[in-house]
This record gives sequence, structure tokens and C-alpha cells, in this order.
Amino acid sequence: MSLAASPARPRRAVPGAALLREVVRRPNGLLGLSIVVCLLVVVVFAPLLAPYDPSAQAIPDRLEGPSLHHLLGTDELGRDLFSRLIYGTRIALAVAVPAVLGAMICGFVLGLAAGYISGWVDSALIVVMDTLQAFPAVVLALALLTVLGASLRNVIIVIVVSFAPSYGRVVRALVLSTKENPFIEAERALGASTLRIVGMHIVPNIVAPMFILLAMDIPSAITVEAGLSFLGVGVQPPTPSWGLILSEGFDRVRDTPWPVIGAGLALMITTLGFTMLGETLRDVFDPRLSRLGRWGRR
Amino acid sequence: MGLYIIRRLAMALLVVVLSMVFLALLVHLVPGDPVKIILGPRASEGLSETIRRQMELDLPVYEQVAHFIERAFQGDLGIDFLNQVSVSSIIGEALPHTLILAASSLALAVGVGIPLGVYAAAHPNSWLDRILGALSVSMITVPPFVAGLFLLILFAVHWELFPAIGAGSFSDPVDYLRHLVLPAIALAITWIGYLARLVRASMLEVLGSTYIRTAEAFGLRRSLIFYKYALKNAIIPTVAVLGFGFGNLIGSAVFVEVIFARPGIGTLLVDSIETRNYPVVRGAVLVIVVLTVLANLVADLSYRLLDPRIRLEGS
Amino acid sequence: MTGSQPLLDVRQLEVAYHVRGRSLLALRGVEFDIAAGEIFGVVGESGCGKSTLSAALIGLLPANGEITSGSIRLDGRELRGLGRRELRQLRGGQIAMVFQDPLTSLNPTIRIGTQLLDVQRAHLGGQRRRGDLRRRAVEMLTQVGIPDASERFGDYPHQFSGGMRQRIVIAMALLLRPSLLIADEPTSALDATLEAQMIELFKQLRHDFGTAIVFISHDLTVVSQVCDRMMVMYAGQAVEEGDVQSVFREPLHPYTKALLAAVPSRNQRGERLATIPGRVPSLSAPSDGCAFADRCTFVQPVNREREPHYVAWNGRRVRCNIYDPTSGYQSPPRREDVS
Repeated sequence: MSLAASPARPRRAVPGAALLREVVRRPNGLLGLSIVVCLLVVVVFAPLLAPYDPSAQAIPDRLEGPSLHHLLGTDELGRDLFSRLIYGTRIALAVAVPAVLGAMICGFVLGLAAGYISGWVDSALIVVMDTLQAFPAVVLALALLTVLGASLRNVIIVIVVSFAPSYGRVVRALVLSTKENPFIEAERALGASTLRIVGMHIVPNIVAPMFILLAMDIPSAITVEAGLSFLGVGVQPPTPSWGLILSEGFDRVRDTPWPVIGAGLALMITTLGFTMLGETLRDVFDPRLSRLGRWGRR
Repeated sequence: MGLYIIRRLAMALLVVVLSMVFLALLVHLVPGDPVKIILGPRASEGLSETIRRQMELDLPVYEQVAHFIERAFQGDLGIDFLNQVSVSSIIGEALPHTLILAASSLALAVGVGIPLGVYAAAHPNSWLDRILGALSVSMITVPPFVAGLFLLILFAVHWELFPAIGAGSFSDPVDYLRHLVLPAIALAITWIGYLARLVRASMLEVLGSTYIRTAEAFGLRRSLIFYKYALKNAIIPTVAVLGFGFGNLIGSAVFVEVIFARPGIGTLLVDSIETRNYPVVRGAVLVIVVLTVLANLVADLSYRLLDPRIRLEGS
Repeated sequence: MTGSQPLLDVRQLEVAYHVRGRSLLALRGVEFDIAAGEIFGVVGESGCGKSTLSAALIGLLPANGEITSGSIRLDGRELRGLGRRELRQLRGGQIAMVFQDPLTSLNPTIRIGTQLLDVQRAHLGGQRRRGDLRRRAVEMLTQVGIPDASERFGDYPHQFSGGMRQRIVIAMALLLRPSLLIADEPTSALDATLEAQMIELFKQLRHDFGTAIVFISHDLTVVSQVCDRMMVMYAGQAVEEGDVQSVFREPLHPYTKALLAAVPSRNQRGERLATIPGRVPSLSAPSDGCAFADRCTFVQPVNREREPHYVAWNGRRVRCNIYDPTSGYQSPPRREDVS
């Protein structure tokens, strides 16, 4: 009962406008999409929305609660919490989006190779993917960051490495089941090249599930980055990662709980938005998939 | 079936060995002097030499890997840097706390999540079902460490109902339990939401099948149909999900342990990274991987054993 | 239609489904009766209401279905309006039902023995000891043709072949000696050999237990081999009823004629297979006149205005204006408008 068991079905071609309509029609989808759009707005217009420079310290004003000057108060260095949270959105997405895209591309290549070439290449790749998946994402990240050193760039690399195998599996399963299709044999008999078969038959079947996995993985990636930064092995200060805000706020939680509350809520709302959107997309493309669920990812 | 078990065991073993290789090679993945990578640029010469000797970094790489694997299978994970104590014993002290935490969270998740899911399936589209639906989505999306932080602030700091730090000791079970409550809840929240949804969906799907209609047609009582005929079928994927999610659980446990300053393999791992105590880092990661592989194996096999159609294949 | 009281007596049965605020009639004015020990066939194409009829008889209409009018009497007892508990006691006890697909009719995770015991326990309560119940179940399994029933009592459904599973379900149905068995497409999922065996089994069951059987099928050939009397359904109504020999020898309703003509036979070798042009009218757009008018070879304008009554004709019944002297149909039957 893994995703690998579902046979390839011809996907309904769902053009953009119809897709949008379907998503918005469902309350979960509407809410999720709104949240994601708001987040994107915050990312793009951060300098306009943030009242202060996120790095601007003002020691006399440190550790204050919410006030007229500072919407959510200040942290231990007097920096405005609200501004930091806003810029934190940029950090979160700046890590998550490239990481997930990178994982998708790597996974795609690996899965394609495994499924299409078969033989010992396939077996070897499966063993490698299984091994990587035997490490909980956070634990793998910690191990790698120990030798790579803590930085934003390394966090992205680490997420790519730990998320890629699941994309690899999905692609491999799709390739294998598409390959079984008699019409592929027919195409080969007619002399179609490998590239043509991949491009015309395999790729379109893959687009929809990839899309969905992407939407569901972004919140996971955001959470992983926040967690790693919280532990001190991710993004380094003074970059305003939500995870860092959480950890700094945690140290001073008895003075003011607002950094923890603010960053915590920011994380929760973000993951909620993306997850709802992802689940709605999954329902739209193939209601059958929602029953299988996904294991062991977040 | 027997053949499948053997194949699966072999695969698990292969994965463990490969993980060992990976961990042994870890220091060499990045260009530069391994010792400098481990200890940082400001390491003293004396310490560097000791490390180099202890980790056998002068030997050819494949020998390092082979030794590591060989010793690991014998239970020897090396000596730690700080106290020159066996890594295995350090892990051995920390691991039980983590396992207890994991077990309690799972028990909590199962004890709350599954009944919720069954209830929702028994009353679909009722207002309670809808509330549970909305709630479970929120539960799924709360990262456990955020949940832990919130719980800590609310119940330990603000209201001072539960302790905020440590695990208590085994000699005082009640105290130990008190220290367990908040961390276990933090870990369980995500799972409760997830299980409730899974069980609900699974039950509803089973309830729509022909054999349930047959049971109805033969006049069986509704409660019998629901709890015996339907649940038995619906629960099978749940067991597998729990096992496969174990790795995920451990990953979240790392955070929860750090937040609540609980002793455990997670805290050990994070502390060792901070103190650059590399052998402990490597050993702890390996132990976690082995546990995850075991859990996956159990999940996979139990799923096959629970479903008579798969268990008795070929009879 | 004998002097003594029929076992099952259905009068003017009307069943509606409530869908999106509208009520769609799936069964209209269905009437028939069955004597004890009789095998009664119900024939019709998909969508004619056969399944709705069987669900209504056993009280298992879906949540949005409702018997809006008419009566169902089993042994003189009115079934319509019975409470849930009473209906449940009836099911499996006096009326039993066997579904179409044997591969999915049995719970895959429970041993067949347990399922057989559960059925008995649901009706007999704590009256009998487990040993007795087990013995009865094993006996029944043997009677329906399961070899080594006692050894295989603890096996799971998937360990049996499709034909065997069908027999197990039938055994389950007959455990409590119901007076009426409803078989919904019992042979449709079986191949020719199994089908023949199943036909033999049904005859034997009637002989051994005296159970009346409602045999629902779209397969006319099977019906002709196993049923005593039959009823043809179309678009939620009964359109013809009579004993099987007469119906096959001399079909009355144009629909029945067309159905019989469409059955492939050796004698038609080389000829085109006959079909009935047109489609079954949709539930949401019932017509004013005869439901079959659009597809009927003998249609006349009067048929589009006047809904035909279910009239008696030579010891049989037929819902067709042709046989109703009061309908205004011009005999001999011919097509008025040739377009």
C-alpha cells in the first residue's frame, strides 16, 4: 500500500483556469490559497510592510511586550519582532522553495534512471534511496550539517538530499507502470526514440503528482529549516529565520513570550496554508490518492 | 511469504550496512582535513593528534570503513572525545528515555486518535465530525516542536502545572510521569490528527464495500458490523502507518527533548554536535537509523501478517 | 396466483429516491406474488429497478430511498413500516439475500466459520451452544457442495474459488431456513460451467428446503432454465408476468418480444444480432404515456398519452395498451407512424 502501487492512469488535462476554479470551490482550497497568496505578498513586499529594519538593534527597548511602537514587542536585542517575522517569511521560502525544487529535480533524474534503465542501476538506486529514507530527515540533516557547517546554503543542500528519495520513488513507480503499458511497446516497435517516449508519455503523467508533492513538501521543508535553525545548526544569526526567533525567544520566554508565540503562529499558519492547498490539489487531480495518505515524511 | 520475509530482512541489513558506510565516510565527504572539520579550525595540535589516532584517520579510507562496520556489529561505537568513555554506554544511558517518550506518545496517539476516527466514521457529516475534521487538519500541520513550545509556555511556565525541565528519575515513577506528560502530548498531537483522519477515511471506505452490505443483509447487529466486520479491515493500514512513521517520530522527539531538557538520544545528539563530540554524533545517528529500519521492518511485516489475504498467499 | 395465501404479496409498490431536493421514482406500481417454494424470475436490463426492488423487499434501501406507497406482505405480515430492529430480525431469518459478486461478498479478514456462526448467533441469540451452531453450519456447507467442510471451517474466503464462495454465501443465507431467498444476479459473475452448477444448486435447494426464490437476472437463458414463473421489468414497472414456458413461447409485451429476439441462438447463424434501438428513459424525465413507446415497434399515438394499465390476459398479466380493450389501441398491432 505505498504510492508505488497505484497504476498510471491517463490524467485529465486540467487547464489553469479550470484548476483554479476547482481549488477555490472547496473551502479548504480557498483558505489555503488565500494564505499562500498572502505569504507571497509578504515575501515580495516585505520592505514596505515591515515598520523597522529587522536587524536594527535598540538595547534600551529590549524585551518589551506589544505596544504602539512595536506591534508584537521586541526581542532581547531590541529588534522589532513584527518586522523580523515578516522578513522571516522570506527566509522560510528562500530555503524551502529552492530546496524542494532541487529535491524534485534530483529525485526526478534518479527515479527516471532507475525506472527506465532498470537492471542493476535500478537495484543500486533503490538501495541508496532506501538508505537515505532510513534516516529521519532531521537526523540526516544534523549528521550532514556537522561536517558541512551551519549555513543557509547548507540547509538547502541537506533538505535536497533528504527529500529527493521520495520523489525518486514516485517517479520510478510511474515510469515502471507507464513502461508496462502496451502502447509503449507499440511506440518502440514503430521506432520511437527514448527521448520521445519519455517526453511524450512519461512526463505528462508525472506532472500532476509532482505538483501535489511539491505543495505538500514546502511546509515540511519550512518546518525542517525552522527546526534546524532552532537547534542552532541551520541559519545563523542575525538572519531572521523563524526557527532562530523561536530559539532566542525560548531562552527569554519568562521575560516575554511574544517571540515564541509570534514565530510559532507564523509557522503554524504557513504550514496550514500550504497543506490545505496541497490537499485540495490532490483531491482535484485524483480523489483516489487522498485515501492512501503519505507516510513518514513530515 | 517466508521468502518475502527473508528478502525483506536482507534488504534491511543492507540498508544498515550502507548507513554505516555513509557514516564512516561522512568526515571524508567534504574537502579538507577531517580533523579540522570535526574539531573546528581552532583545535590544538595535541588534541588533533589524539583524535587522528583514535579515529584511525591515518589508515586508508576503506579500512576505516571496514573497521567501523566490524566494530559496530559487535556493539562498539568508539570512544567519545570529551570523557573518553565508550559511546555505546553513553547512548545506552540516554536511549531508554527516548524510547519511553516515543512509546507514550504512540500510546496516546493511538488511544485518542483511533477512537476519534471511529467515532467520526460512525457519525459522518455530523457537526462533531466536521469539527474533528477541521481540528485534525490543524493538528497535522502543527510542527511538534512548536506544539512543545506552546505547551511548555502555557502549562509549565504560565500555569506551572507541569515541570518544564528534565525527566525526573526512575526511582520516583510518579515524578517521572509528570515530566513525561507535556513532551508526550507535544509529540502525539500531530499523530492524533493524522490517525483520526486515516481511520475515518479507512472506515468509511470499508463501510461501503459489498461484504458489509452482505452482513447487513444477514441481519447482523449494527454494532457488530461496525466494530468487528468493518474495523478489522480498516485498522490494517493504520498499523503500517504507525511503524513507518517511527522515523518521523524520532526526528520530532529530538526537538521535544531539547525543548524540555529531557535526557535522551535527541538531546545527546544535539549536545554532542555543539561540543564537537563527533563519535557520539556518529554513534547516535547510527542507533537511530537502526531503530528506524527495525520499525519499518516490523510495520511492513505486521501489515502483511494482519491481512489474511497476504499472509496466506499460496496456500 | 393460487387459492391459498401467497408467501410474498407485493401490491402497487412505489419507491422513490430523494436526490438533491427532488424525488425520483425508481419503482412504480410493481405488483406480483410468489407462492411458497416457487422460483420467481425477475428480468430486465440495467436500470429497470431490479436492484431497487430487491433492496426494498429486504428493507435495505439506501438512506435517501423510501417506499412511498404500496405494500409488501410476507406470510400475511406487512413489512412496510416495520421498525429497524424488526427488519433486522427478518433479514437472514425469514428473508435472505445473496448478492452478485461472490468475490466481494464475504469479509476477507474473518474466517468463514466465524461469519457463519455470527449469522446464526444474530438470530438465535444464546439459545444454542457453539457446538450445535458449528454442526449446523458444517452441514449446510456440505449440502451446498463444499467438500471437506469441517476441515475448511476455519479458512478465509480468499482460500476458496469464486464458485465456492458463492456457495458459501448461499449456505449462509439458508442457515436459518428462510422462507424467501432473494438472489440478485447470482450467476452473472460466473462462467458457463459454474453457472450450470449454480442452476442445479438452486433447484436442489428448492427441493431440499422448500425455499421460495426470487431470481433476479438480466440473463433470459438462465431464467428459462431455473424459474417457474417470471416477471419482466422495464423503467421501474412490471410489464409482463406469467409462467416461464408461456412467456417464452408467446411473449406478449413488445419489450419481452424484443428481449427474446435479441438472445443469440444457434439458428441465427450468419444473421445480424438483434438489438433494441433507443435507451431506457431517465428517472428524472418520466413520460406521460407508455415508457417503452419510443422504442416500441408497435407504437401508436395513443401510447404516448395514456399510460398502460397492468391487465390480465389468459392467466398472465401484461402492461401494454395492445392487450387492454379499454385503451383505445387499434388492433391488429401495427405501427401508425412510419417515419
